[in-house]
Formats: sequence, C-alpha cells, structure tokens
Amino acid sequence: MRYAYYPGCSLTESAKEFDVSTRKVMECLGATLEEVPDWTCCGASAVESVSRLLAFALPARNLALAQQDGEDVDMLVPCSACYLNLRRVQEETAHDRDLAADIEEVLDADGLSYNGTVRVRHLLDVLKADFGPSQIAEHVVRPLEGLTVAPYYGCQILRPYRVFDDPETPTSMEPLLKAAGAEIFDWSAGNVCCGASLMATEKEVALVSVARILEAARGADVIATVCPLCQMNLEAYQSEAIRQTGRGKPVTVLYLPQLLGLAMGFTPQDMLLDKGMSMQAVTRNKISHVLNTPRQAAEATV
Amino acid sequence: MCATLLMEAGSSPGASEEWAAAMEDIRDTVRACMQCGTCTASCPNAHAMDLTPRSMWRMLLMSDVDPSMTDEVLASHTFWMCSACYNCTLRCPRGLELTKAVYGLKRLARALGAPGAVRRGTFYDSFTRNVRSYGRVQEMALMMRYFLARRDPTLPFKFTPMGLKMLAKGKLHTPSSEHKGRLDALFDKVAEIEGRTEERS
Repeated sequence: MRYAYYPGCSLTESAKEFDVSTRKVMECLGATLEEVPDWTCCGASAVESVSRLLAFALPARNLALAQQDGEDVDMLVPCSACYLNLRRVQEETAHDRDLAADIEEVLDADGLSYNGTVRVRHLLDVLKADFGPSQIAEHVVRPLEGLTVAPYYGCQILRPYRVFDDPETPTSMEPLLKAAGAEIFDWSAGNVCCGASLMATEKEVALVSVARILEAARGADVIATVCPLCQMNLEAYQSEAIRQTGRGKPVTVLYLPQLLGLAMGFTPQDMLLDKGMSMQAVTRNKISHVLNTPRQAAEATV
Repeated sequence: MCATLLMEAGSSPGASEEWAAAMEDIRDTVRACMQCGTCTASCPNAHAMDLTPRSMWRMLLMSDVDPSMTDEVLASHTFWMCSACYNCTLRCPRGLELTKAVYGLKRLARALGAPGAVRRGTFYDSFTRNVRSYGRVQEMALMMRYFLARRDPTLPFKFTPMGLKMLAKGKLHTPSSEHKGRLDALFDKVAEIEGRTEERS
C-alpha cells in the first residue's frame, strides 16, 4: 500500500517519536510512505480564530500538493488536528460551492488547484481498516504481556465527522493493542478532551481536563495516544495538573505506534522511548520484562 | 445602553456592516436552537464559563429585542474557553454547527475590540504569524513571540517547568527557515478575498 504522508509540524518538532514510530511501524507492515513534497502547516485549531478562509486554504494547499501524485491518493495523517483540518476541506467543499471557489482562487495564486480526489485518512483508520489486528499480529514477535493500556482517542479524529469509529464509545484501538499482546484498560475517558490549545491560552482550565483523564486512568500502566497535542498535554503537564487539582496520579503516556513497534521487535531506541516525559518505574519494569522475554519467531504466529 | 460594539465598529465606512453581517451569520447558525442545553452538558470547559453555552445562544438570538445582549456575549469569556472538542456540534439534536459559531465569535470579538479580546486572542495571532513566517510552525519561536506579545512578565514562568522538561528531552529547536515565505502568496490572496467581501457588504 502506498500513502502520501503528511506528518504535520508537531511531528518534525516536539513529537519526533510519533513520526519515527509511525514510519517504522508502517514500513514493517509493508506500507510505503511518500512524504508530501513541500508541505506546510495545516493551521491547527488556532488559525480559524483569525480567519475562516485561511483555516481552509492552508490544509487545501497540502491536499493540492498530494493530488499532483495521481488521481487515487490516500493521505496518511498521524496528527488529529491536521487530520480534521484536511478532512474538513474534503467534507465541506463537497457541498459548499462558495467556499470551494474561494479556496480555488487562493490556490491559483500559488499555482495549485484542488479537485477533491485525495482521501484524508488518519493513522488509526489506516491501521484498523487497511491492515487490521490480524496483519499486526503477524508481525508481533514480543507480545506486550502484562501491560495494561488505556486507549485515548481525544476529540478531532472522532468529531464532528463520524468516519471510522463511534464518537461516543470509540473502540478502534482495542483490537490493535490486543493484537500487540496488551491488555485493554476499561475506561470511558478515551474520548474526553485534553484541553488542546487551551493549555496555551487558559492553562488553569486545561489542567482540569488533563487531571480528569489522569484520574480516570488510575490502574492503567500506559495511556496510548494518537495525537501530538494530546500527548503533550497528558505528559508534559501531568505533574502540574495533579498538583493543581489534587486528582489523578502519574502515568506513562506513549504513542500507539511506539507500543505496536515494541511488540513488532523494534528496540526502545528505535521507538525513541527516551523522548517520553512521563515514563513511570513500574511501566519501565514491565516493558523491560517484555523486552527480556525470548522473542517469538514471527513465522510461528503467521 | 444600546451603544453596541457592533454599531461603533470599524474606522472605515462599510466595516461595521461587514461585522454586522458576520454576527448575522453566527445568529443564523444557531437560529434553530431549542434551548435543550445538551451543548452545556457536553462541554468539558463549561465549569470555567461565565455564561453557559445554552444561554449564550439564547442571548444572541434575543439581541433583536435587546441589542445590549450582543455586547454582553462578546464581553463574556464563554467562547474563549472552547477547546474545539466538537462535543456540542456532534450532540446538538438540531444539528447546529456550534463550534463554528464559537470560532465566529472569537473572530468578531477580536475585530470589534471586545473587552479582553486582545489578550485572549493573542495566541491565535502569534500562531498565525508564525505559520506565515516559517511555513511550518516553529514551536520555540511561537512561544517566544507569544510571551512577548502578551506583555505579561509572569507568563513565561508558567511554562518554565514544561520548557525545562522539553529541553532535557531535546525537544526544543532553533527555528528552521527552510520554508520561510512559502505561504506569502496564499496569505496575501486570502487577505485580498476577505477585503473584497468587506467591500461588497
């Protein structure tokens, strides 16, 4: 499978480990990722507060670039905010002619055009629908036995567009994590907002959201994320959130592909686990135990 | 009492009409609201709002009768507390695009100079400027610019613990100029189209 790959700004900066683990896991599954040439920022959730047209034009530019690669392009997007912005262009221009015309005019000034043929896909959607638990299990050489993982979906891959999961009770990560040998932590905070960019504008309010999730995650070894902003809020601000609210306790937060990669035989160095800001001793020990368990032959599980 | 922000808006002729039209768009978005309160109940940040989302929609629609309600909404901090989780949009039984309306209020409050709007909107401005300057967001340059623009000497200290953690993990980088200026044509065109819309109204 070939994908046009849109990493987005965070994955080249503070979320390098999300980029590296995504690329390695996808490659291991047999996918080819071709980075969208000359891609630029999607506008995140901030630009719409300044200009609505700009909030559509920025992602549309990247779709126009990806489209130059052919008529039938699936764009793989690991970041939830990038995903929503790109997806929104696809969804809204399909019925809003005025918006589509304005976008077209903006892109024309850049020597580009957008025809709506690129399919915007989030990493989780691709892992679930194009590969699925069985193909992941085929590549697992080191099941994550003894590791209890709380799947955290966040908001923007689930809402407002229902695409690949139930926005009220998402489950798409569960079969993938089970295929990697992890135990699923049963909770209902997987689609509760982390505060997103309120962390920059109204920090005290965002910390309440982080603490709400940490409190619900009591008993889990790891929270698995699929968004660089969720990851940042849940790990870099967790001690402050706990201190401010008196709720929750420290917990390891990792990206989903980092966990899948470990199970597929990549080393913690390959998955950049040392970039994490929330690794707890108990989780580190459990991961070490997994790493020290003799590898299964991948063929044996096929 | 009725000297509303909308009526005072804009230094150039036509600007106040432009913003009145933007307000009308927002009101149209929520026109079919039946005041069930699902939005308020679904909002993760309702605890930090002065008006509930439900009453905010009601006040916007009632501003026909009492124009001061527009000012009251724009001066509130309710819409600034939105974290774009889209729970309200997803669950609204009337299918209203409430998150879109919230973004509209943020833009309107900034344009009309509503109380607190400059401070609360600073991050979005800094972010957008960063995108224009660098093509791809450069996190460290963004936060520096944001701190300077907020002119609050205590603000950087609120982010110091996180900054130190990131520094220790090699997550802070000097800005890359590789894509500098790449988005100039796009930004200019968007400004031109938006200016044209203003003239039309």
